[in-house]
Amino acid sequence: MNEVLEFYPILIKGTITTVQLTVLGAILALIVSFIVGIARISSFAPIRVIAIIYLEFFRGSSALVQMFFIYFVLPMWGIYFDAITAGVVACGLNVGAYGSEVVRGAIIAVSKEQHEACKALNYSSLKKYRYVIIPQAIPIMIPTFGNLLIELLKLTAVASLITISDLTFMAQIIRVQTALTLEPFLLILVIYFIIATVLVQIVDLIAKKFSKGRNIMTAGDK
Amino acid sequence: MEWNWDHAFAVLPQLAEGLVVTIQATIVASLLAYVLGLGIAILKMSKSNLTRVSIYWVTEFVRRTPILVQLYVVFYVLPDFGIFLEAFTCGVIVLGIHFSTYTSEVFRAGIDNVPKGQWEAAKSLNYNPLQTWKNVILPQAIPPMIPPLANYLITMFKETPLLAAITVVELFRAADQYSNSHYTYLEPMTLVGVFFLIVSIPSAMLAMKLEKKYKQAKTA
Repeated sequence: MNEVLEFYPILIKGTITTVQLTVLGAILALIVSFIVGIARISSFAPIRVIAIIYLEFFRGSSALVQMFFIYFVLPMWGIYFDAITAGVVACGLNVGAYGSEVVRGAIIAVSKEQHEACKALNYSSLKKYRYVIIPQAIPIMIPTFGNLLIELLKLTAVASLITISDLTFMAQIIRVQTALTLEPFLLILVIYFIIATVLVQIVDLIAKKFSKGRNIMTAGDK
Repeated sequence: MEWNWDHAFAVLPQLAEGLVVTIQATIVASLLAYVLGLGIAILKMSKSNLTRVSIYWVTEFVRRTPILVQLYVVFYVLPDFGIFLEAFTCGVIVLGIHFSTYTSEVFRAGIDNVPKGQWEAAKSLNYNPLQTWKNVILPQAIPPMIPPLANYLITMFKETPLLAAITVVELFRAADQYSNSHYTYLEPMTLVGVFFLIVSIPSAMLAMKLEKKYKQAKTA
């Protein structure tokens, strides 16, 4: 184990890269989730169709294939990404597809009366979502977003296969250099677990903050 | 870069072989995930606090760490302990264990949804635990579980490309091998993507139909 710990500089570097991928991927995924999720309930059919194609494409194929496509195939059409960007884009777009379903589900779960109230107040679509629907939908989304965040963290390990030097990549380097197998992988499993557990705690805190003083009413409980 | 049909047709036979391995891995891994998941669900309902807490943290550890790293652990570490397994077997075991932590939640929710009165009825009929599970609880708990379990089957199918990292020549690795020897990623990778979409989109639609069917059955 000591032999492995001597590699602490690259382990720290790998941890930072993994956290970076997770945070940047999460930001992209969040933006994509809201855009696609709201597009799914648009009254304009072409926008709905584009959103569904996006969703089915990213949900229907494998994340590893998407990552390879972005990193190896897109350059052939003159679209270049460095490895980290390709990793963030692939993770963000993939998890964003799942997230859009969460956003759509939460918006639908806001009770019908709220939509009717907006109509009665003659709110524009933008005003309706900005002030009435989204603020009520967010607390419903948070727990599922928390699960997706863990999925995203786990997905970043796959990015090591497109040469990104994240934790998993570093563990492979240590394995090759020391010929040890159990120690490096066990160590990074624990690091992943710690990162994930911290993320779970943060999401719990956010969930508590958002549900404070709110009487969340979903379509189910009346 | 132009699409080259010669490459597309040349890679197809290899992709077909890869697809067979992918589907085999999906089926075996999912069976393992279902059996283990049911076991975990039963342990999670144990009366002993110690069992419940330890099974919770073990499953959370598996759930919160990447499948890829778990694959490396089994693939590289087991031989050091004198256990030599084929790459395919390693992959199936890891996928099965990883997803059993997800399916266990489905089983637990399904079992929780069986009304308490059913348990009491079984008790009043003096059923032993085996009879209770086999004749009363499972027949009622299983139908609503089928749609979510089908969804996890599709999820596992989409995770099988990770097996390529431990040398299993499934759909993705078959394409990657062709790419590396012919210096073209466009056709093989696109076709792999298409293969995945062709299998998973209709399966997802089927799962949705099942969901509707069981919802109707419940309200009727």
